[in-house]
Amino acid sequence: MHASSFVFPNDPHVPWSIMIVLYPYITGLVAGAFVVSALYHVFHQDVLKPVARLALVTALCFCVFATLPLLLHLHHPERAFNIMITPSATSAMSGFGIIYNVYMLLLVVEVWLVFRPDIVALAKTTNGWPGMVYRLLSLGDREITKESRAVDEWLIRALAIGGIPAACVLHGYVGFLFGAVKANPWWSTALMPVIFLASAVVSGIAALIALYLFFCWRRKITPDADCVRAMSRYLWVSLTIAVSLEMLELVHMAYEAGAEWHAISTLLTERLAISYGVVQVLIGSVCPFLLLLLAVRPRLNPRWLTGLSGIASVLVLVQVFAMRWNVVVGGQMLSKSFRGFVEYPLHIGGREGLIAAAVILALPFVALIFASRLLPLWESGDKHVLSSKPFQPANTGNSLTTGTLTSVTNQQRTMFNEEDTADTDAFNYGAVMRNEHV
Amino acid sequence: MKFQLNILNNGGDCCGSDDSREKQCGNHTGCGGCSDAPDASSRRQFLNKASTVALGSFSLTLLPMSGDLLSDEPSPDDPDGAPADAGSRTADQSDEVVYGFLVDTERCVGTGKCLTACREENNVPEGYARTWVERFVHYKDGTVQVDLVPETGFAGSDVPPIAPGLVDRAYFVPKLCNQCEDAPCNQVCPVHAAFTSPEGVELVDPDRCIGCAYCVQACPYGVRFINPETGNADKCTWCYHRIKRNETPACVEACPVDARVFGRLDDPESELRKRLAAIPTSVLKEHLGTHPKLHYVAKSGEVI
Repeated sequence: MHASSFVFPNDPHVPWSIMIVLYPYITGLVAGAFVVSALYHVFHQDVLKPVARLALVTALCFCVFATLPLLLHLHHPERAFNIMITPSATSAMSGFGIIYNVYMLLLVVEVWLVFRPDIVALAKTTNGWPGMVYRLLSLGDREITKESRAVDEWLIRALAIGGIPAACVLHGYVGFLFGAVKANPWWSTALMPVIFLASAVVSGIAALIALYLFFCWRRKITPDADCVRAMSRYLWVSLTIAVSLEMLELVHMAYEAGAEWHAISTLLTERLAISYGVVQVLIGSVCPFLLLLLAVRPRLNPRWLTGLSGIASVLVLVQVFAMRWNVVVGGQMLSKSFRGFVEYPLHIGGREGLIAAAVILALPFVALIFASRLLPLWESGDKHVLSSKPFQPANTGNSLTTGTLTSVTNQQRTMFNEEDTADTDAFNYGAVMRNEHV
Repeated sequence: MKFQLNILNNGGDCCGSDDSREKQCGNHTGCGGCSDAPDASSRRQFLNKASTVALGSFSLTLLPMSGDLLSDEPSPDDPDGAPADAGSRTADQSDEVVYGFLVDTERCVGTGKCLTACREENNVPEGYARTWVERFVHYKDGTVQVDLVPETGFAGSDVPPIAPGLVDRAYFVPKLCNQCEDAPCNQVCPVHAAFTSPEGVELVDPDRCIGCAYCVQACPYGVRFINPETGNADKCTWCYHRIKRNETPACVEACPVDARVFGRLDDPESELRKRLAAIPTSVLKEHLGTHPKLHYVAKSGEVI
């Protein structure tokens, strides 16, 4: 029986805007980046050493801004803390306060522990306000002993282990928020948390590849081919899993062909034809799948490797954003009358407009650049050894070695000397890279 | 949605299908809901109370509560005038009153008077609706046209009439909050702003709502919205402020053909209970397990 188009009168007011698209996108990047750092810290994937610190700091930078889109979305942001003060036990959303805060705390502590030797060394050697910052961050510590570092190492590993389920909960619960809405057949599936989690890992790895290549390009450094190849492999595997799950959900709905399938199929073929069919599936899934298949070939020229991986990563980041869009906005385009669709008017300005969304998405990158100047993300391999293996001082004595301090001083100079920052830093980093990988 | 057609009927016989009642399933007849509703309700009330007490105790240890939660005074900002003791948090539930609603699609003639009455009574913003009336027109070629009745009714609108020869049958379906026993909107509210009155009416605490709109998403019937003037979730309350004064909801009072029946489900002598006992009724989207207290007479399968 053919039915005419009809929507319930309140449905045209799409309540969840692009801000609610951004929230799972950002938390997905947090969870995914953390998984990469955990691969190094917990599972000893040493090939990921060049991006291990970047992964952790990236997760922190994105996590800091994860609540911003929510605050902009709430019609009563001044009451936002109600969700933590008087949470409802029956609401999936009320878990937000605990989950987010626990994860944030975990990230802050782990980042601090990983960078503690550098912070302490910098606190001793840096003057002015940067020195104040380092002394503040060092929490009064002036010396890193072998014993204290051993405790640090144990804690880092413990936090990394604990962080994996925490990251899963952080993002899985976002998927559950959608998957548990029985009023919306496009959302209501038990697969939703798993799909969100898989795509989170995908987006985190893709973001790290893109960021790593960007920083290498900016510093005029040749990227570590083994690291890029390994991340590309992880990306290919996780992308395959994520897209398979997404397609499984769709095929299952289509095969069951329940009462609402007619509306959902119309939604996909007519309303989301571009954002789903073209962007999410074709450009965002099929293309990077093929590109990565080429990129991970063992004998591929490193320039081709980085080129293919870089393009694939950017496409994957677009795919994940499109997936969030198609879930959040697409689900609301379907009227609860199941007889018609509504349009989501994406405004340019305003609290929930495109500009605000772009600014929110840019803020973590600004924070990351700031963090890269504050903390030695690209320090020599010695630091990485420090962060995952028992402390092995190069010289006698219990404090950090003179050699390390010298390198830190160089780092500090490159960070705060605005004249020739890039050249000096690039030179130092180039030397490190040559030592490590040539 | 443009109103392309006009209604065919000019009286109570708008359904056009005398045997439509016989096609309704007999679920819930005479019971005002499910036969096990009281037990299920008790369990739910216990669980709700237990979780509320546990979380409330925890919260009290952290921060002082807002005054309205600890006070019996009505909230001054409550647009419905709902007293603070209406919530399950502080309610004395010894006096069991449970309200229900019945919509007779065979009686509704689409005057739109209920729509105007609701808007004026509850100050509903333009472009939003606490209640609406759908018109279903079944054409002879098998198509079904659904559209909204304007507040003036089709008679007062400039919508062109439908040629009667093209149509098999047509009818009106008033929609409003289903006041579900297992309300998904209440379940998903993260801050206890959505709560159930002792009479089983779902209400919104205007001082607690954070405007996250999760309840809007969770309502399967599309009756919730974010009020652009208050920033709070808004919905049909069955005119809670009126029924607390022993008046009927504004839409019920305005209906000239008694298509909307409001009454007590707990009272076997009420008009509502008698009609529920006498005729087959059904609820919307029954498969979702929300257990609405809004029942429909002669609701066709295509009405969702």
